[in-house]
Amino acid sequence: MTDMPTATQPSPATAPDTGHATPIIRVENLTKTYASGYQALQPIDLEIRRGEIFALLGPNGAGKTTLISIICGLVNPSGGRVFADGHDIVRDYRAARSRIGLVPQELTSDAFETVWNTVSFSRGLFGKPPNPAHIEKVLKDLALWDKRNNKLLTLSGGMKRRVLIAKALSHEPQILFLDEPTAGVDVELRRDMWNVVRGLRDAGVTIILTTHYIEEAEEMADRIGVINKGEIVLVSEKHALMRKLGSKQMTLQLQAPLGQVPEALAGYPLELADDGYALVYSYDASREQTGIAGLLNAVTGAGIEVKDLHTHQSSLEDIFVNLVRERQ
Amino acid sequence: MNLIAVRSIYRFEMARARRTLLQSVVSPVLSTSLYFVVFGGAIGSRITEIEGVSYGAFIVPGLIMLMLLTQSVSNASFAIFFPKFSGTIYELLSAPVSHFEIVLGYVGAAATKSLILGLLILGTASLFVPLQIAHPLWMVLFLVLTAATFSLLGFIIGIWADNFEKLQLVPLLVITPLTFLGGTFYSIDMLPPLWQTLTLFNPVVYLISGFRWSFFNLADVSLFASLGMILLFLSVCLGIVAWIFRTGYRIRP
Repeated sequence: MTDMPTATQPSPATAPDTGHATPIIRVENLTKTYASGYQALQPIDLEIRRGEIFALLGPNGAGKTTLISIICGLVNPSGGRVFADGHDIVRDYRAARSRIGLVPQELTSDAFETVWNTVSFSRGLFGKPPNPAHIEKVLKDLALWDKRNNKLLTLSGGMKRRVLIAKALSHEPQILFLDEPTAGVDVELRRDMWNVVRGLRDAGVTIILTTHYIEEAEEMADRIGVINKGEIVLVSEKHALMRKLGSKQMTLQLQAPLGQVPEALAGYPLELADDGYALVYSYDASREQTGIAGLLNAVTGAGIEVKDLHTHQSSLEDIFVNLVRERQ
Repeated sequence: MNLIAVRSIYRFEMARARRTLLQSVVSPVLSTSLYFVVFGGAIGSRITEIEGVSYGAFIVPGLIMLMLLTQSVSNASFAIFFPKFSGTIYELLSAPVSHFEIVLGYVGAAATKSLILGLLILGTASLFVPLQIAHPLWMVLFLVLTAATFSLLGFIIGIWADNFEKLQLVPLLVITPLTFLGGTFYSIDMLPPLWQTLTLFNPVVYLISGFRWSFFNLADVSLFASLGMILLFLSVCLGIVAWIFRTGYRIRP
């Protein structure tokens, strides 16, 4: 997947800007209570800027999918309003929905259809006249062209996910929702997917993706919103958020086990792990001086042989704990 | 009106029928033809004529109705149940299509399929039994109204059903018995008086009677009772479909 998909009419008006223009999606006071009485969304206010990649982060059951489903028309809101490109998603649903493409979380497909047919069907369903050249371009950009005559049931999971993206792009949407685009997807494909998303953004498409991988949000997003228990806990520029949440760990795998942290390294916040075979160093990745260079020198100076090393970002769960603690 | 979308849904459904030609066309035509062979040819010759119509010919309208009802219901119910079951319905719900357009696409395709089947069976029947059609326009009207009404009913069942068992429940337990007891194989004059009265509560009696009238000019109930009944049924189904979409019942929580 080397080419970038270009989904929509890239015009200056839809190019990424600094957020001064009117938001492309405006969520006002949106609530959802299911018939069972379960309140999936507390009153939510949210604005998505034209041309940005917005990552909606949250643990399972936080309300990410409910929020997306309401905006895309799969679920009825209980209260509040949503505007897509200025169009009310309930009253003016045709205009609103024709601007939106949705890639669902579940890999659902019409197993016996061919790739070409299912993507062309999507375009028709959204009321666009047939345009084989556009479908061809979308399929080529997503490396699906060779598979165009294959039935969907013969495709791998990664291919199916691309077909869902192709279906969502078939009608040239301005806004693309990706619900957990890389859940259960291998590392290579995840990279591919990120490239696809960046290419779309460059073509002027606004992208809202949900994820529970902090790495994904960090890699992709311009802005990040965190949702928990049906509430938007925070919305922030990615860089600002990463600075705030930048705690990382570096693990040094040792050749020989240590009984305790050597005197020479006492000045560093270190812990022994793995029966003494690993030294774990906690640091703030967003700071100018992480102390890594000094630590590595000191380790070498102390005659400790390092076999391997890796770093680890705080998990989203850690971040939630931090967020909640801060709010109290 | 998003006509492109309606046409897309319609074509998609018709393509599905073409893909499964054996199951969706050949099998119902074959199984209905068996009735003509057995009742029209073998047994029918030993049954006396009913008001001047040979028994083999007498059962043709009823059998076409039997097939029309069951196929309309199963076509339409499966067409909307399956996307719900597989999850692909997300696309339909997120598309800029109105409820009316969704129904038009699905019900239109289901009704078309059963109409084609009905005509195929009519053609097959004419090979086995001598047929006459006294009122061809009325016949087509009954055919179209019945196919549309029962495709709507199928659509409702497909939305209501949340598993494959329920999908089969109504066709097997309600529609087939009502059709068999609705005068497919007999004129209700042949029943004991009590049953004649009870039968009048069976809506299918009116459909078969009207349809048979368009062939042979003989009816169990008046033509306008037949027409009224099918129109009533159609309105009830339309009302339920409208309610389904207004409330989002089982498709849009």
